[in-house]
This record gives sequence, structure tokens and C-alpha cells, in this order.
Amino acid sequence: MYDVVIIGAGVTGCCIARELSRYQLNACVVEKGDDVASGTSKANSGVIHSGFDAKPGSLMAKLNVEGNALLWKLAEELDFPVKKNGALVVATDEEEVKHLELLLDQARQNGVPGVRILSREEVMNMEPNLTDKTVAALYAPTGGVIDPFNLAIAMGENANVNGVEFRFETEVLQIRKKNGKYELETNHGTIETKCVVNAAGVYADKFHNMVSEEKIHITARKGEYLLFDKTVGDLFTASVFPVPGKMGKGILIAPTVHGNLYVGPTANDVEDKESTNTTQDILQVLTEKAKANHLSKRVIPMNKVITSFAGLRAHQDKHDFIVQEVPDAEYFFDAAGIESPGLTSSPAIGVMMAKMVSEKLKLKEKTGFVSARKGVLKPEKLTDEERNELIKKNPAYGNIICRCEMITEGEIVDAIHRPLGAKSMDSIKRRTRAGMGRCQAGFCTPRTMEILSRELRIDMTEITKKGGGSRLVVGKTKEL
Amino acid sequence: MKSYEIVIIGGGPAGLAAALAAKESGVGSILILERDRELGGILNQCIHNGFGLHTFKEELTGPEYAYRFIEKVLEQKIEYKLNTMVMDITQSKIVTYMNRTEGMVHIQAKAIILAMGCRERPRGALNIPGFRPAGIFSAGTAQRLVNMEGYMPGREVVILGSGDIGLIMARRMTLEGAHVKVVAEIMPYSGGLKRNIVQCLDDFGIPLRLSHTIVDIRGVERVEGVTIAQVDEHMKPVPGTEEDYDCDTILLSVGLIPENELSNKINVQMNAVTSGPVVNESLETNVEGVFACGNVLHVHDLVDYVSEEAALAGKNAAKYVLGKFSGQENSAHTITLEAVDGVRYTVPKTVNIGRMEDTVKVRFRVGNVFKDSYVSVYYDDERVLHRKKIIMAPGEMEDITLDRKKLLGYPDLKKITVKIEKE
Repeated sequence: MYDVVIIGAGVTGCCIARELSRYQLNACVVEKGDDVASGTSKANSGVIHSGFDAKPGSLMAKLNVEGNALLWKLAEELDFPVKKNGALVVATDEEEVKHLELLLDQARQNGVPGVRILSREEVMNMEPNLTDKTVAALYAPTGGVIDPFNLAIAMGENANVNGVEFRFETEVLQIRKKNGKYELETNHGTIETKCVVNAAGVYADKFHNMVSEEKIHITARKGEYLLFDKTVGDLFTASVFPVPGKMGKGILIAPTVHGNLYVGPTANDVEDKESTNTTQDILQVLTEKAKANHLSKRVIPMNKVITSFAGLRAHQDKHDFIVQEVPDAEYFFDAAGIESPGLTSSPAIGVMMAKMVSEKLKLKEKTGFVSARKGVLKPEKLTDEERNELIKKNPAYGNIICRCEMITEGEIVDAIHRPLGAKSMDSIKRRTRAGMGRCQAGFCTPRTMEILSRELRIDMTEITKKGGGSRLVVGKTKEL
Repeated sequence: MKSYEIVIIGGGPAGLAAALAAKESGVGSILILERDRELGGILNQCIHNGFGLHTFKEELTGPEYAYRFIEKVLEQKIEYKLNTMVMDITQSKIVTYMNRTEGMVHIQAKAIILAMGCRERPRGALNIPGFRPAGIFSAGTAQRLVNMEGYMPGREVVILGSGDIGLIMARRMTLEGAHVKVVAEIMPYSGGLKRNIVQCLDDFGIPLRLSHTIVDIRGVERVEGVTIAQVDEHMKPVPGTEEDYDCDTILLSVGLIPENELSNKINVQMNAVTSGPVVNESLETNVEGVFACGNVLHVHDLVDYVSEEAALAGKNAAKYVLGKFSGQENSAHTITLEAVDGVRYTVPKTVNIGRMEDTVKVRFRVGNVFKDSYVSVYYDDERVLHRKKIIMAPGEMEDITLDRKKLLGYPDLKKITVKIEKE
């Protein structure tokens, strides 16, 4: 029996797991995907929000500001890329300037450091590609960008190193409270635990409602994105937001931490919580937005789109995070409604949840907690001499597999063999960026498959894109 | 730092032909840098025949065609490195490459020939909506899996795009026992060669749906089906024309993009139409001593043309390093070629009469299907060529030849215009 089972290995679940792994306990994360960050956490803006958008007094506001502060330290401790590029909310008429004042006031109430309103001149100096219609902008210097998966991967790996078990491709079907413990019925048998942490993203309501009479409701709010080649990544330095609307922060144009550019997300509530498909109409809307973009002076070249994707935010009806022990279900904890700014807030959610759970279970801190982690070694960050040393020691670092992102065989092998190692093409992609470049894995797919097959000692025909039934090839030739 | 007279980036058909021509022109030290495991480039996965009709007057497979050149490269003892990635080049022609055995190496070149080829456009470039399951391949990736690795990407196939690789793969997958249900092409005409439409689709009863595109992809884990729909003249899907196909595989053959990331590092001037460098009659870029040929320059339909063009680049690079371009030639006046009225671009873009050979072949593509039309060439305002063509299509490259002697008769010539005319 476990002390704690966390449902969901998204960024929230991984952060909670990591913070709980500071204690002496027997913990497990169950995840229906084949990897961490394979649901909502894999498809979002990758923005580190400073915290001016959230409603003052809300849990969202509090955790956003705390999470932001924690992230910069975590990035060093756990070795994942972040960039403090700042956020700008750009007003293009006087009416919108009024809204900036409101945001500024909100920022102050939320305790966001350094937020101020810039004049047209100031902001144009900062971002010369902004539209000539720019009147003023709200500037948040603690805005940043992060690789959306790497935080979850880093936290997950670190939790795992500190003793948390992870069970992938394990879907929780039913939860029962029995004899003072919870029984989780999964597709791979029943799991018993004293305590459950529900970090199930868009499904958090489903699990909550299995144990509680006070129902919650989560809507899947779809956001679609266009991702552009790095050659247009220099359009803006900061993440550029329009003045927000009712459905969220609006469609932004921002650089990614790796130097791509994206336009998105849209916001549309959908019935189906699995519908991570992009849609004809919305892509059309995004394309029009990007083309006739009212924030940029420079035309965004549509032939530089390298991929489009959609993600689902877990929008809770009351539009706030729920981080609690469920009042009528003792030992059952929710981290529910974690929509934007969930990525930024997740480290703070982890801390808050770990505190609640550890107090409830009277957990003791353990000695020997490993707080640091090294990410996948990036040869591109080394000097030529260092790189040569590395190649001498391990020639796989001299072999480029992904031509667009210049990812070596060494990095891919590292991704496979590290804690919570990659088992599928997408999990390699998320850890190394192999296949994420402008050719979108055209060249490296067969090569990466070969390495996976060799390192995991499985047949080429068993290699999947993302676990489950997502096999890449159906058999050998001459077998049909 | 080791130095070479000519460093050729890419050991595909262009790199090989350029190397041989440079060697024949008397250059001693040539190095070919190839990122793949073997010389020959993409030809190695093109096991169908039809290569070399122009060059060798026989029908070879891709590997056979490549080997004709590889054999000579070996005979000539031209140095080459495999599994070697060029990481960087500089304006002063320092080339940095990397491989498993040598690590990061810097070498000095006197001339560089860019022959990096091209890559396939991915799904994202077309904004094809739907899920992102396994089973979506670019046609070239599928071709490599089938022909070189021996694996079947799938059994029930829908192909988007009628570029040559897509057409060839329609036949190839069929021969391997898969069922190719339809080829959808967004344009009102095919982007491939006529002979491939006939031999790869018509002969196997595979339907080609022009002015159609994919509007939805189903399947969360593996592709389960697609919806295709007709598009209007603005490429927008026409509601009510949707048709569903069950399939487990989608192959994309939606265009090729020259791989000019290295060229951009040294500010080679690019042509927005071809996505390749702007070159002069010697196939030299705006960066002196840097030449380009093959699909990195502009995407070709026939490898024969690549070899011919690359040989010219090799010959001119040789002239450059052997000091055979004299100052006088450089000062001779440069004429610009202009592509208008249906002609999308020309390669080369400029011609220096002092430096050109007796003739220069100018290759171009048209932007639409033209029936019973004329290719016209104007020297300033004077029409000097008016050649009737029964059919011209974007999928087939066209050419005209400029004659040095003739050009010398126009000492004040500023501009040569290539256009398509109805009469």
C-alpha cells in the first residue's frame, strides 16, 4: 500500500511528486500516457506568467506570483532552460490604455514585482517590430518563457531519483474508499493507498466527483497554436499579449525559449476531453490573425509555419485553482482547475500540496534528499574543445541525428537511459528536441527509431510515437 | 588548420558531379563532406528506374545512377568524409565539420560548393487540421523506411500532394501490398512529372483528385481516417464536398525546400521564389568563391539536370581557385535576367558575358499550366526567341540557352526577359 498516489504525471503531478519526495513516504504517480507531460502539459504557450492577470485574492494570483519566484531558482537547481524575456500587454487605442491601468492595479495587489506602464516611445524602443498603432504597454519584467515539458520532466526525474515510483500507461478507472484507504482500480490492477492526490488535468472533476458530493466541473478549453521556424523567432524579444478578453489572455505572439515564434492560443470550449485535434476553422482564424496581425509591424510569413497543435486547458467553472483536501473525502486532495497560469504556478502548487499532505500524514522529512538534477547534456552549449573531449569519450556525441536542431546520438541515448527515460519518439522529442525542427522529423525518424530499438532492445516494429497503439510501422516489407 | 582548394558540402548527385568536374578541370585538393552513411544522397532510396535517360541514354535506378558517379569519385581518389555534418561556414571560407572520429574540425577552403539538397515540407506548412497520431509520414521518409530499412509504414494509404515522391510512393506502396486509396492534390494540376502520373497512378488505377486537400485527420494513437474536400480557387475547402477515407497512413508529398541554413550563415543572397541562392552564370553566389548547385539551388525534377548543373558549378569553382577568372572578365558588364508573365524564376539570375562559356543554359519553372503557348526571350525590348510549347506545367522544368556570340552583338544590353506568351 502506498502512502500517496498522485493521479496524473503532468506538470502539476510532477511538481507535487517532487515536493513530496522530500519526505519519508511510499509514493507513486499513475499516468495514463506513456510519459510525463503527455497531456495538457505538452501543449501550451510555455510562458512564465508574472501574475498580473489573475484576480486579486484568488488562489491563482497567489500561486502564480509564488510559482514565478520559485521557477528561476528551480531552473538552476534542476537544469532546464528558461529565459526572463518580460511580458508586454500592448494597447493600440486609448480605451485599451484604461485597461492597462486596471492591470497595473491588479499587479500591485497581487504583489507582482516591477510592473509598470511604458509610453509608446519606451515600448517601441524595446520592441521595434510592434505595430505603429501601439499607444502604450504594460511591462512585466518577471515574465518569461520555458520549455513547457522540461519543467515536468525535470520535476518528475528528480522525484523518481528521490524514490517516487511512476506507473505509465496506467489509467485510473474507478476510485473507492474502503476500510480507511482508497482503492484505485486501473487497467493494470488495483492500487491501494492511504491518500490520493488528484492532479488529473481535464479529468480532475471526474475523479473528484467519484469521492465527493460537492461536485466540481471542468471544461476542456481548447487552444490552437501555430509554431514558426526559428528564422522568424526574432520578431519580438518579450512575450507580446493583446489586451485580454473574457476567454483569457488573448492570442499572443511570443518567442519560445528555443527561439521559435508562435501565435496562439485560441480559446474554445469543447465537449470531448480528448479532442486535442486542430480544426480547419480555427487554424484559418489563427492564420488570418497572424497575417493581419494588429500587434506586429512586420508581416509574419505564413510559409514559415512548421507545425500547428492544440492543447486543452482544465477550466474550472469558478475560474480558480482548487488546491485542497476535499471537505467530504478525507485523505483525498485535489489539484484541480489548473489552467493558465498553471505551468508557472505548478512549483508553488507542489509546495502547497506537499505541505497539506505531509501535515495530514504526519510525514517526516528524509535525509539525503537529492535536490539537484542535470538535464540532458547539450553539446551545443560547450566550447569546441569541450565538445571534442566529449566526443573522444563518447563518439555518439559526434553523430548528428536531427539535422534541423543538430541533436546528436549521444543526447538521444542519454534521454533513453536517464531516470524516467524516453521510450517513444515523442518522449525523445520532448527531452532532446530531436524531430522538433523545421523538417518535423522527416530525416531523423528512421534514425531515432533505430536508436530506440537498439537501446531498448525492442523490434523496430514495436517503436511507438507515444505509447499505446501508436506504432510507427506496421511490419516488415514482404510480410503483407 | 588543414586547407583544401574546394570543399563540397553534400555528397549527393550534385556534390559528386561538382567534384568530378572540378577534378577534371585540374583541381588537386577537393573534399566532399557528406552527413549520411553513404555517398549518393537521396538517390539511394530511389530504387525505381527512370534516372539517367539524358545523361547515359539508358534507364537506371537511383542507386545505379549514383554509383556511376561514385565509381568515378573513387577512381579519381577524391577525398570524402561520411557521417560528417557541416556545423558552420564563414565568409572567409572556414568550414567546421563534426563526426564521431574527428570531433569538431575546422578547415580552410578556397572555394565552397553548396550542394546540401533539400528537405520535404512538413504537415505544419500546410496547416492541415486534425489529430497528430502515428502514421503520418512525409513521402521521402516512407520511401527510406520501405526501400532502405525494409519496413512498411502502413497498409491503407492516402497521399496528399502529387509531387514526384508522392507519386512514386503510391506505386511503391502498392507493389509492396498496401492499398493506396487516393492521391489528393490541392492545385488544379499535378506537381509531378506527367510520366509519373501515368506510370505510378494511372497504371495502378489509383485516383488523383485535383483541387482537393485533407481537411481532417482522425485517430488519436494511429491514423484511422482522413477527410478530403474540394477547394475553391482561393484554396479554401468547399463545404459539402467532404469525403471520408478510412486509412492507417497518410503520406505527404507537398513540396521540397532547399536546405540553405548554412548558406544563410554567410549571408548568401536568396531568391524568395526558389528558396535557393541567387547565382550568376558561373553558379556563383553573391559571396565570392561560394557556388551552389543541385536542389539546394532550386528543386529539380530530373537528376540529369542536377548533374549537368553541378558539373558547371564544379568547373567554375575550379576556374576560381586556379585563378582563371581574370579581372577583365569580372569587369565585363553584367546582364540581369527577369522572369515575368508566368515564368516564376530563372537560374542563373545574372549573366556576365566576359565570364560565360559559349552558351549558358537558363532553367526556369512556370507558375501555371500553359497550353499552346510560347516561351519568349527579350533582349531589352527586342524579342529574340519565340518557341512554341504544346504544354508547360509547374512540375516540369523548362530551359532556354543563351549564346555568347549572339550576346556580344548587343553591347548595351541591360536586361534579358523570359516570359510566357499566348501568341
